[in-house]
This record gives sequence, structure tokens and C-alpha cells, in this order.
Amino acid sequence: MQLTLWTYEGPPHVGAMRIAASMEGVHYVLHAPQGDTYADLLFTMIERRDQRPPVTYTTFQARDLGGDTAELVKRHVREAVNRFQPDALLVGESCTAELIQDQPGALAAGMGLNMPIVNLELPAYSKKENWGAAETLYQLVRSLLKDQAPSELKHDPKAWQQQGRRPRVNLLGPSLLGFRCRDDVLEVQRLLNLHGIDVGVVAPLGATVADVHRLPEADLNVCLYPEIAESSCAWLERSFGIPFTTTVPIGIGATHDFLVEVHNLLGMTPPSPQEGIRQSRLPWYSESVDSTYLTGKRVFIFGDGTHALAAARICKEELGFEVVGLGTYSREMARPVRAAAKAMGIEALISDDYLAVEAAMAAAAPELVLGTQMERHSAKRLGLPCAVISTPMHVQDVPARNSPQMGWEGANVIFDSWVHPLMMGLEEHLIGMFRHDFEFVDGHQSHLGHSGGSGAIADTEVAVSTLTDELVWTADGEAELKKIPFFVRGKVRRNTEAFAKSTGRNQIDSETLYDAKAHFSA
Amino acid sequence: MSVNLLKESGPREVFCGLTSIVWLHRRMPDAFFLVVGSRTCAHLIQSAAGVMIFAEPRFGTAILSERDLAGLADAQDELDRVARELLERRPEIRTLFLVGSCPSEVIKLDLARAAERLNDELRGRVQVVNYSGSGIETTFTQGEDGALSALVPLLPSTDQRQLLMVGTLADAVEDRLIHLFGRIGIDTVCSLPPRKSTELPGIGPGTTVLLTQPYLTTTARLLRDRGARVLTAPFPLGAEGSRSWMEAAAKDFQINADQVATVLDPLVARAQSALAPHRDILNGKRIFLLPESQLELPLARFLQRECGMELVEVGTPYLNREQMAEELALLPEGTSVMEGQHVEKQLDRVRATQPDLVVCGMGLANPLEAEGIATKWSIELVFSPIHGIDQAGELAELFSRPLRRRELIRQALNPPSSAPIDSDPVHA
Repeated sequence: MQLTLWTYEGPPHVGAMRIAASMEGVHYVLHAPQGDTYADLLFTMIERRDQRPPVTYTTFQARDLGGDTAELVKRHVREAVNRFQPDALLVGESCTAELIQDQPGALAAGMGLNMPIVNLELPAYSKKENWGAAETLYQLVRSLLKDQAPSELKHDPKAWQQQGRRPRVNLLGPSLLGFRCRDDVLEVQRLLNLHGIDVGVVAPLGATVADVHRLPEADLNVCLYPEIAESSCAWLERSFGIPFTTTVPIGIGATHDFLVEVHNLLGMTPPSPQEGIRQSRLPWYSESVDSTYLTGKRVFIFGDGTHALAAARICKEELGFEVVGLGTYSREMARPVRAAAKAMGIEALISDDYLAVEAAMAAAAPELVLGTQMERHSAKRLGLPCAVISTPMHVQDVPARNSPQMGWEGANVIFDSWVHPLMMGLEEHLIGMFRHDFEFVDGHQSHLGHSGGSGAIADTEVAVSTLTDELVWTADGEAELKKIPFFVRGKVRRNTEAFAKSTGRNQIDSETLYDAKAHFSA
Repeated sequence: MSVNLLKESGPREVFCGLTSIVWLHRRMPDAFFLVVGSRTCAHLIQSAAGVMIFAEPRFGTAILSERDLAGLADAQDELDRVARELLERRPEIRTLFLVGSCPSEVIKLDLARAAERLNDELRGRVQVVNYSGSGIETTFTQGEDGALSALVPLLPSTDQRQLLMVGTLADAVEDRLIHLFGRIGIDTVCSLPPRKSTELPGIGPGTTVLLTQPYLTTTARLLRDRGARVLTAPFPLGAEGSRSWMEAAAKDFQINADQVATVLDPLVARAQSALAPHRDILNGKRIFLLPESQLELPLARFLQRECGMELVEVGTPYLNREQMAEELALLPEGTSVMEGQHVEKQLDRVRATQPDLVVCGMGLANPLEAEGIATKWSIELVFSPIHGIDQAGELAELFSRPLRRRELIRQALNPPSSAPIDSDPVHA
């Protein structure tokens, strides 16, 4: 048993639902107890979809468990097929159905239905949402295409040159309940089009069964969301010889690298490195003097592997932040995240334990948190500014306006949304200078439009969590500490205490604080 | 009884009882709800409540792993460990609810025993109780029935003559009802659930119980077993229902009817004027209620009798005929009351009858709106202060608002196509 206050991912069948609901003509019969239909709300409320997800739940109840639950499954499969007439059927179980083992996939396969049936085996007690989505997409692609696979791999990504047409790529990975997939697809499509590259199939988002059959017609697969599509891309490479991209175009540098990778794979001349500076506003906004105060801001990053890695690079190379914490809940991405963290001189946090993430966040004492919806809870508790960069998300992160993360426009969106929670430069200076104001008090951020700040909470939290028995702050030391601007106060307190311990002092007064300051800046 | 009682089975589109945590955690902020279940359960609650940002979460899930299922880990030991871990982090918790789920019920994990054992260990500090919120056994609001049932054995015994209101009420509504009962002449009024989980009301032969909510079948039975008298009355929705509800208590306390009328008549008159603008919108409109909370019958009664709506079909997930007798008697002859659900067939009936307003869950609301059918999403009714004579206007407003909104925005957002096509700047 694991105590879970917040879970980063849903169960794997929610991942399967994401694939079914993202596509057209695919129906999903899910053996699940009454109540599991809550998942429909993720699509109708969070994604604000105007149609029900294509999911038929068996919704068994306690009284059904005494009877023939297998017959119940077959009845629902029959009804679903008759009513919705899908082009392909997914059949699977939720966590409770997994316990009663009716084998719904095998049952459906034996019903003589005239359509491809994909039996989903998603172990709900060991795997999670993204794995479920990746597995479902993989199984679906594989069962629809395995008969088409050539006996000998002879795919040439440069074949478009001889055929006298524009190169054509598939975009794989975007799905409903993914982070900003809707606008990322448009942005990447626009980006590729500007370079004379056509987009063949986008899958699973918006794809039909016929579209899946067209996947092998592309010169190259673009893997936009490795969490969802890497296994499918790898299979398409193994079975059809189609290579796939490994750079995710989030951020100026990454978008450029992505373009270079795509051009090289397709046998084209890579674009100028200046393109980002011309096409995106992030480079100039970040270089302009207003952004100087962003230098060295301490940032804690957590999310799925793809978005965490992208954020770390943007923070370090494009915004001039100092990354003081980096982690992911995507175990499949642990290795690259560890490598990225190591390159920044920190240790990666690989965990799906919300409490561990909160503890790491408190220990790192950042000035900005870039995380998921869950990190907003911890950041509130610790009184830290926070922006959401990854799923899990809530309804406010499926906005009406165009808001990609990828490509040149994505970088613009990122600049605005990551800088917004920070205190504006002038206010930061004035609060450092004058601490007795009746309106602009410690921790106040007037550009966010509410009165009273949150920094005070952070201070008391950190104080309680780090003060040990043998260390005592004198009144004079505390008073001096109070003069440090609230957003770095946690860090200064920790440094001073560490310094005091290392030099064998057990009392911390104002002089100790200045000693520590000099020690750490030296 | 002249209504047309029907039953239907098939796929259901309802919440499980775990969802009740979403409002119970606010009613009793010193309680913690620990679901013992799967990642699905955790995901459900956080999807429902996670849009609020919590500095201190008041619910969580002990997620079963493969080790627990394989019997490699002793589930009871694991539960103890998790509970201790939780209480260490949150020492201010006074009541811990262990909430059963589908997975824990199917593997027959004995949460009652766990609660008993933890209770012994933590006596004087935290009280530990258990109930089931599983989908296989409970639908939505039935979770509250479970939670309150679990508290009944903890209520202290008392012989005091008192009125006990049972079922979650909004704070302001609770205060108002207590005030009004006082003016009628009933001075000792308490509530279950209380605002603090440790301040449980007493119970005994002197206690008269008024149910504020229609979904408290088990709780009512257990309160009867403790010697209380549970009244049967229409539920306090709308001016008429609320008045009858208060009268039932007054009668039980043998209060002079004139005294009651003196207090309530002016309120009813005022409620009618508050209702008037909404009645103008709702009168003659046809409404279809899908099953969700068991509030459907009293709502249908209110909307038909006080707002002039026409009832196409009244769905309910479960019908307790005894407790609902008075509500059923107030529905018009021949009303279709559907217990249970086959959601696809029910939607076919919705489409065939084209009602003016459909009360349904959020899984169906936006899709129906997109089909051009106005909806009122039903969960809002358990999150809104709707009880009592003074709230009749607000209750009606919940139903008139979606219709009014349509009138407000439809024309501008769907302009008539009389304008020539080539003047359209977007498509030019």
C-alpha cells in the first residue's frame, strides 16, 4: 500500500481512453464497476469536449458479482458494436475488473465480430496512465499494420527527392488530456510547412483507422510526445524501417535542434540557427534589460520526462535561471532526466510520491516552481510562485486561446507564463529597500492583484523544518534574516545554518549571517 | 400513489460513493478521508476536487499494490503503517474515515476490523471509523449515508428532548433553520454531520429526527435503532416542501399550528415573490431528470408544483418508497419515475422527447448542449445552499439560469445567416 495524497497519473485504462477518445471511429468497451464513468468528465469538462468519449462501460454492481459477469461483458460488446458501428474495437478492464478476471478481450474476440479487435492487457496495479496510452496506441497500430509490414526493410527517408514531391512526416503522440497538444500540433505543422515539409498523419489526435493504415506512407515519424508514442515509433522503425525524431521542439534551442534533426533525416539542408531569433520573441525578451533580474533565479522543475527536460534546458540556457531541482514521475524517462540533472550539478528526483516531491522542493528553497497541477499545492503550502508546465493539469490549462509549448510561438507562451508568477523587478527592489509599507508588505505581489503575500508562510515553514536543537537564532540574527527579501530568505536561512554547523557555532547572530553570506558568495 | 414507477437496468453514468468526500471534507475540516483502493479511486477524487488548490489535503488514497493483492504484504499491517504515516504528517486530524472502494470490497479487505484496531491504538487522540464508498455498492450521495452511518454508533446517548437535522446542510442554511425552529418554539436543534467531527450530537428516545436529504436510508435506520423517532415528510426543497418539513417537526413537538403559521406564512409569501421571476422562465417548460443523487424526486415535485414545469421523466438511482412516500404523493398523476438506468436508452428518450431542460451529470451535459439540448448539471445541487423556505428562489434560479443564459447569448453567438457571405472577414 502506498499513501497517496495526489497521484501524478491516472490508472492505465484512462490512458487507453485517451487514445480512443482522441481518435475517430474507435470504440472502447471497458469492463468496470459503476462509478468509473467519472473518467468521462476528464473529456467533457477538462478538455471541454462536445461529445461523449467513445467508451461503453459495463458498470457492474455488487449484485452482478453473484451472477454471470462474462455474459454482462458480451451484452455490452454487442450493444456497443450495434449502436456505434466502430471501425475498430478496444476491449479492456479497469482495476476492479482485473480482480475478477473475466477476460473481456478474449470474450469479444470469440464473438465473431467483423472488425479489428484489440485486446488490452493493462496491469492496473503496477502501471499507470501514460503507459496505458502508449501500450494502447502500440497495440492498435501493431494490430492494424502487422499484415502490411514488408518482409525486407527498404524504406528510404529521402525517397521524396526521386518521387518529385515534398517530404512527408507523421506527427505521433498528441492526444486529449496531453499538455497543450491541440496547439502544439498546429504550431509544429506550421513550422514544418514553412520548411516545405508536409504532415501526413497526426495520431492519435484526430486520426481514423484509415489514417493508421496510411502511417507507413510517411518518410519520417516525428515523435512529439515520447511518453505516448515512442513504443509505436520504435515498432514502425523495426517493422517498416521508418526512422523517427528524438528531439522534442520545446524551447528555442530544442526547436532548432529538432529542425536540424528533421532536415538531416530527410536529406535536406538544415535551416539557419538565426531562425529562432527572427521567429520567436523569447530571445529578445530574455536579452532585454528588463529580464536582467531573472539571472540566477532559483527554479525547481518537476513534471513528465519530456516537459521537465525541455524546461530545464530553457531555464538554464534561455532564461538564465539556476536549476536547483529537477525531477520526473515518468520512470521510463529516468535515465535522460538523471543525465540532464547531473550536467547541472544536481541529483534528479525520480518519484511519483507527491510528498517526496514536496520535501525536495522545500529543501531546495527555490524562488520559482515549474511543475504540474500537484506542485501548485506544494507551492501554495510553501508560499512559492509556480507555473504549470506538464500534466497532470486541470481545466485552466486547456485554454481557449492559442497556447502551444512547442516551436517559436510556444517559446513566447513559455516566456510569459513562467515569468508572470515572479515579482516584477521594480517591486522586488522596493520591497528590498523599504519594509514598513502598509500595502506592499513582505511577500506581496501587487501585479497578481491580491493583497498580502505568501512569502511569510514559506519563512515559517522553512524555519520549522530546518531548525535543529543545537542551533539557536538570536533575536538579533532573526531580525537580520527578516531583512533578506522573502523569496531568497529560505535559502539564506539554510546556508547560514549549514555554515554555523560547519564552523561549530551553536548561536546564530547577525554577524554569523554576514559571515555565511561572504562565505557562500566567495 | 398514482405515479408510474418504472425500473431499468444497463450501463449507468453515475458517480460512486467516494465522491461524497468532495463535500464532506469541507463540512468537517478536522476529519480526514483515507480511501483504501486503487489508483482509479485516487484519480476520481482528485479529478473532482483537485481544481481547488490545497495547502493541506484532507483526503488521500492508500493505493493497493500487487504485493497487497498477492497477499505478500499483510494488508492490515500495511494499513496501520499508512495510517500512522498520515497521522504523523497531520497531527491535527481528529477523525479518520477509512473508506472502502470496489477493489477493497472485491478482495474483502476487512476495514471494520482495521478501524477497530486503530481506534484502540489511538484512543483519546483520533477516532477511526469506516464505511464503503464503492461503486459496486453505493451511488454518489449514498457515500454520505455511509459516512453518517459510521458516526451513529459514536453519538453519545441523551434523553434530552431535541430535534436532530440529519444530512449535510450549508452553514448559512443550518443557522437559518435553527433560528426559525427557535422562533417556532423548538429550542434544542442540532445537526449530523456536525461542523467539527468531535462535536457529535447526542441521540436517544427524546430525539426527533428530520432528514434534510433523501439519501439517508441506512443512517435513518440506525438512528431509529438508537431510539430516535425519524419523521416522514417532504424534503425541505422549495417553499412548500420546506414548510411541510418544518410543520412535521412542529407537530411532533406539539406546537400550536397558529404559532407555526405566524412564523412561516410571511416567509412563504416572501418566497413566492422571490420565485416569481424564475417561474416566468420555467413555467410550462418540459424537464427530464437523469438519475444521480436521489434528490430528483423532491426537485421534480418543487419544479412542477412551484415553478410550473412539466415532468417528462424523473430518474433516480435508487428509490426508498417509504421515505419518499410523501414526495411521490405530491407528484402529478402518471409521472414517469424511473429507478435505475440504461444510459443509452435513456438518452434515446431524451432525444425523442426534446425536453427544454435536462438535469444530468457532467459526463453528459456538454455533449447534450452540443446537440442543442439545454442542461443543468446535477452535482451543483449538492454543493449549493438549496434547503429551506428562504432558499426557494435560489433553488429555482439554478434551473432558470441555464435557460436565461441561452436567451442571453444565443443570438449574438449564432447570428442569423442573412448577411452576404463575402462580407465575412474571416472567410473572405
